[in-house]
Amino acid sequence: MMDWQGQKLAEQLMQILLLAFAAVSFGTGYALGSFQMMMLIYAGGVFLTTLVTVPNWPFFNRHPLKWLDPSVAEKHPKPQQQQAMSLKKKPAKK
Amino acid sequence: MHSFGYRANALLTFAVTILALMCAMASFSDNLSHPSPSSSVQVLNVNWFQKQPNGNDEVSLTLNISADLQSLFTWNTKQVFVFLAAEYETPKNSLNQISLWDGIIASKEHAKFWTHTSNKYRFIDQGSNLRGKEFNLTLHWHVMPKTGKMFADKLVMSGYHLPKEYR
Repeated sequence: MMDWQGQKLAEQLMQILLLAFAAVSFGTGYALGSFQMMMLIYAGGVFLTTLVTVPNWPFFNRHPLKWLDPSVAEKHPKPQQQQAMSLKKKPAKK
Repeated sequence: MHSFGYRANALLTFAVTILALMCAMASFSDNLSHPSPSSSVQVLNVNWFQKQPNGNDEVSLTLNISADLQSLFTWNTKQVFVFLAAEYETPKNSLNQISLWDGIIASKEHAKFWTHTSNKYRFIDQGSNLRGKEFNLTLHWHVMPKTGKMFADKLVMSGYHLPKEYR
């Protein structure tokens, strides 16, 4: 479970980390004259970013949403089917 | 970003897009290199020079091909394909190109080489125009990248002559 801030953080972290690893891997590969080095560093970076941003880490849920307590929810039942259908009837348009 | 699958998908898509951009940049970086290859070819011997029964001239040569193509290699080079073509003019064709030899250079270390060989592919004319013919030997190369654009260029060596009579 992630809260809203956590989701935003996850997205931003993912984008920043990937771009940073892309820059580092390209720079290193170009400087060393090694295409393979670029690919290895980038692949490592993608893997690391996956570990940081994809699982449900607790630090993504520091402002948890306040869901309604089940005992309170029972006191306010959902509307019945028949009531919903009558509400849906609209006057005919010409 | 509300679920594992959503985040994994977003990450993978972004990662692959960035990878495509890096490959484009790597290919572009090849434009920044200015190679200075060199080559020389000697015709050591005309082994034989005949007119075939079908009327076409054919000649067999022994060549010494030496070249230094090391400056063609960049970090984005997979291999260099090189071939030597005999080029000459006839009344029928303004340009005849006959590939005599080719090779694949897989690494920079192997790009400075010489080879002493007879022509790998047959030197056959379309017709009977080769007696006394002046021709160029042109070394062509294709620099094949790991990613992106392939560069091709050539080096023309002129002043070669075939014998005036068959041997």
